[in-house]
Amino acid sequence: MAGFVLRRSLQALLVLWVMSFVIYGLIGLMPGDPLDVMIASNPGATPEVVAHLRAIYGLDQPMPVRYWHWLLDALHGDFGFSRTHSEPVLTVLAPALAQTCKLMLISFGLSVVLAFGLGVAAARKPGGWVDGFVSLFAFAGISVPVFWLALILIIVFAVQLHWLPASGMGTVGDNGFIDQLRHLTLPVLTLTLASTGQFTRYVRAAMIETMRMDFIRTARAKGLGEGRLVLRHALRNALIPVVTIMALSFGTLFSGALVTETMFAQWGMGKMIYDAILANDYNLALVGLLFATLVTLLSNLAADLAYGWLDPRISLK
Amino acid sequence: MSVATPLLQVTDLTVGFRIDGQVRKPVQGISYSLDAGRTLGVVGESGCGKSLTALALLGLIPAPGQVTGSVRFAGAELIGQPEAAWRDLRGNRVAMVFQEPMTALNPVMPIGTQIAEVMVLHQSLAWPEARDAAIGLLEAVGISSPRQRAASYPHQLSGGMRQRAMIAMALACRPALLVADEPTTALDVTIQAQIIELMQELQSEIGMAIQFISHNLAVVSELADEIVVMYAGRIVERAPAATLFDRPAHPYTKGLIATLPDPDRRQARLPVIQGGVPRIDAFAVGCRFAERCPLADAHCRSVEPTLDPLEPEHWAACFKAGQ
Amino acid sequence: MTDAPAITRGDAPILEIDRISVHFPLAGGGWFSGPAPMLRAVENVSLAIRPGETLALVGESGSGKSTLGQVVAGLREPTLGTLKFHGVPMGKAEWRAARKAIQIVFQDPFSALDPRMPVSDLITEPLKIQRIGSAAERRERAASLVAQVGLPLDALNRYPHEFSGGQRQRIAIARALAPDPSLIVADEPLSALDVSIQSQVLNLMKGIQEDRGLSYLFISHDLAVVNHLADRVAVLYLGRLVELAERASLFAQPSHPYTAALLDAVPRIGRGRRRRGRSLSGEMPSPLNPPPGCVFHTRCPKVQAICKTTPPMLEAAPGRPTHLAACHFKE
Repeated sequence: MAGFVLRRSLQALLVLWVMSFVIYGLIGLMPGDPLDVMIASNPGATPEVVAHLRAIYGLDQPMPVRYWHWLLDALHGDFGFSRTHSEPVLTVLAPALAQTCKLMLISFGLSVVLAFGLGVAAARKPGGWVDGFVSLFAFAGISVPVFWLALILIIVFAVQLHWLPASGMGTVGDNGFIDQLRHLTLPVLTLTLASTGQFTRYVRAAMIETMRMDFIRTARAKGLGEGRLVLRHALRNALIPVVTIMALSFGTLFSGALVTETMFAQWGMGKMIYDAILANDYNLALVGLLFATLVTLLSNLAADLAYGWLDPRISLK
Repeated sequence: MSVATPLLQVTDLTVGFRIDGQVRKPVQGISYSLDAGRTLGVVGESGCGKSLTALALLGLIPAPGQVTGSVRFAGAELIGQPEAAWRDLRGNRVAMVFQEPMTALNPVMPIGTQIAEVMVLHQSLAWPEARDAAIGLLEAVGISSPRQRAASYPHQLSGGMRQRAMIAMALACRPALLVADEPTTALDVTIQAQIIELMQELQSEIGMAIQFISHNLAVVSELADEIVVMYAGRIVERAPAATLFDRPAHPYTKGLIATLPDPDRRQARLPVIQGGVPRIDAFAVGCRFAERCPLADAHCRSVEPTLDPLEPEHWAACFKAGQ
Repeated sequence: MTDAPAITRGDAPILEIDRISVHFPLAGGGWFSGPAPMLRAVENVSLAIRPGETLALVGESGSGKSTLGQVVAGLREPTLGTLKFHGVPMGKAEWRAARKAIQIVFQDPFSALDPRMPVSDLITEPLKIQRIGSAAERRERAASLVAQVGLPLDALNRYPHEFSGGQRQRIAIARALAPDPSLIVADEPLSALDVSIQSQVLNLMKGIQEDRGLSYLFISHDLAVVNHLADRVAVLYLGRLVELAERASLFAQPSHPYTAALLDAVPRIGRGRRRRGRSLSGEMPSPLNPPPGCVFHTRCPKVQAICKTTPPMLEAAPGRPTHLAACHFKE
C-alpha cells in the first residue's frame, strides 16, 4: 500500500516533468513572444535595443536551453514572474487556486451527495415515476450548456428576485462569511447542477446492476429489510465503479470552472490561465496548466486508492 | 411415520408471469409435503421450475411474478402474508443455500459479518456476540482456523469453504427448514461428497428438514428420504427414494436414471433423453413430456395426465405409468 | 470420412509432453517488495497421446489439469520441458503451422462463444483465420458440421443466446472440428450441463471420434463420465501426475489412494445415504506451498512416516507393468 502510493507519486512527478516540457514547447509555438508585446507598446525601440533585451531575457537561446534554465529555477522554488501582474507567479496563483478549490470542492461534494440520493432512489424501482423524474433531471443536467444555465440562474436569482449577487467574489468593504457565501452560491449551484446529472446516471446504473446480483437475493433470503439491503449490501458494491468515475471526473471539473468563473467574474484558475494565455504571460500560464495537471493526477491516484479501499479483491501493490 | 401435520404442506402451488400479454406458468399445480427432520430431493433438468418452487417457499419470486395456491409451514399459511412476516421467517425458520457460493456471497463483506448479520437480525444479538457466534458456526461447518476465516472475504476462500460458510449462514438461526438449491453443482466431486456429509451431520444435530434441489439423481440419492421429479413446471413423479430407484414409473424418471453415467460400468453408448426441456412459452397441450417420450401416443399428446397414486406413497403423472 | 482407426498400442504418439512444468509468478513482485511468490501449477509431467485415443486428465480444481490442457493446446508456454507434435519439438514457428491441428473446447458454453456472431461465422472463423477454402466452401463445411453435431440446418443463421447449454456445446464442438484437427483438448466440456444433456454430448464426442479417428485430451473432475469416454486416464494432484493407466485397469483397481478417493466420491444410485466419515477429508493444499514428501500425504488415509519425507516416484504398480502410480503403498 505505502509502496503503491510511493510508486504512483514518483510516476506522477515524472508525468508532471514531461508535461512541463510539452507545455513549455507548446507555449513557445504560440505566435509572438513577450518582447513583441513590449515592442508594440514602445515604438521607439531600435533593433539593437530589442536584440539586447532578447539577450537579457535569454530569448535568443534555443527552446531546450531556455526550458533547462526554467526547470532549474523551478526546482529551487522559483517559478518566475508574471509579466501582466508584475508579481511572482505563485503570489498571483495562490488566491486563484484557493478560490477554484473552494468552488470545486463544494460543488463536487454537493453533486456527489445529490447523485447518490437521486440515483439510489431511482434504482429502487427502475421505470417507476421516481426513476422517470430523476432521469429527466439527470438528462437536463447533462444536456443544458453550463453558460446557459449560469445565465438563467443570474436572471432568476440576481436580476428578477434580487436574492443573490450576479457576479464577483465579495462586496467591497464587506469580507464577512455570509457575503462570501452569497457570492459563491450561484457559481456553486451552476457547477453542481451541471455535474449531478452525469453522476446520477452512473449511480443509478450501478445500483440497478448490483440489485440484480445473486448476493442481493441471498441477503433477501436472510430476511433483511430493504433499507439494510440497499445501504449495507448494494451500495458498497455499487460504489466501486462509481467512485472511480467520480474521482476521475474531478479533474475535468477544472475546465468546467473556466466557464463558471468567467460568467460570474470569479478570479479562479480557469480565468487566470485563460487570461495569461491571451496576454502571452508565459510563466503564469505554464504554472497554471501544471497545477491543473497535478490536480488530475491526484484525482487519478485518489480514484485508485478509493478503489482498493472499497474492493477487497483489489490489492494495491 | 407421518405426524398429523407435516412441517411443510404445499398445495397446488403455481407461479405465473405475464409475458407479452399472456400468463406463463413455469411452476403449475405443485403439491407435496415434508415432515420435520426429513429430506426431500427435488430433481429435474434446468428450466423445470425447481428453483422457482424453492424461491416461492421464501416469498422471493421477483416482482411481476404471481404466486397462487397454498404453502402451509408449521401450520400457518404463508402465501399472501405481509412482507414483514416473510422477513421474520427468512433466514430464521426457513433458510436457503444457493448454487454458486462465489456470487451468492457479498464480495465486499467479510464472511463472519455476513453470518453474524442473520443473528443480529433475528436473534437480537449484539454485533460482538453475533461475531463470536459466527466463529463458532464456521468451526461447526468444518472450517479450520475459524477466527481468521471469519475476517476473510469470499474470494479468499476455496469453493468448498465458501459453500461451508454459506451453510453456516443458513443454519445460524437453527431453521426448521433448509432449502438447498443445487448446493454442490459448482463443486468438485470430492468436495460435493464432503458437503453432503456435512449437511446430513448438521441435520441430525439441528433436526431441520431439507429440501434438496439438484439436476443429478445420483447426488439426490445420497441424502433424500423422498424424491419429487419435476418436468416443465409439473411434478411428474413422487415416491420414497428407495421406491423411486427400485420401481421408477414415469418415463422421464427412467430416462434420468438411465442417462446417469455409471462409474462402475462402461457402456458403448449412454442412453439419452432426446431433445430438451421445452421453453415456457412452448408447453405442449397434452403431457408436457410427450415429445421426448418413447412411449407417447395420440392420447398423451392431447390430454394432460394427472398425478395419481400407484401404490402407497408413490404417485406418477403418466398414462403409461409402470409400463 | 476416414475409416475407424485401428488403435494399435504401438502407434507413434501424435503428441508427447516431456517433463513439463508450468510456474506462474504471482502478482506482488515489484520495486518495493521481494521477488514474486511462484505458483507451481504443473510440476514435471510427462504424457503421450496416441492417434485415435482419448486420454482423460482427471483431478480437482487447482490440480493443474486446465493449465496442462492449455499447454497441450499451444495456448500457454511451459516454463520447463518440451512438447512434441508428430515427433517435432514445438516452437513458435511450429505452432503457427500446427495451430489448426489442435483445437480446444471450453467448459462454459455461455462465455466461449461470441454472442454477436451467428453460428455460421462462429464455425467458419477458424477456417477464415487459417485461410482455408473459399467463402462458398466454408459455408458448405459449416452446414455439414452443424448436421454432424446434431443441430438443425437453420441453426447456422441463429445466435448463441438462442440455444440451450447443450446445443451451445455442440456449436463449440462443430467449431473445433472445422479445421479438421487431429487432437481436441476438451476442458471440462460437460461440467456446465445437466446430467441428461451430458450423455447426449458424450455420445456425440464418441461418435465423432469413431468417424474421424481423432484424439481427445479430455479434462474432467468426474470419473463417472471419464469411464465412458477414456482409453487411458492420467490423474493429477497438485500439479503432479499421481497415476497413469489404462481405463479398465484403473477403474477395476485404482492404484493410488487419491484415485480411489475420487472414485468413491462419485455419487451413485442404489447406495443409499452417504455414510459419514468416508469421503476424502480436507482440501488440496495451496500450490504455493506444497507439502514435503508425497504431496497427497496431508489427506491420505494410508499415510506413513516415509510419505511425509520422501516423494514417491511414478512407477509400475505391482504386477501391472503399464499401470503407473506415484505412491509408496500403491495397490
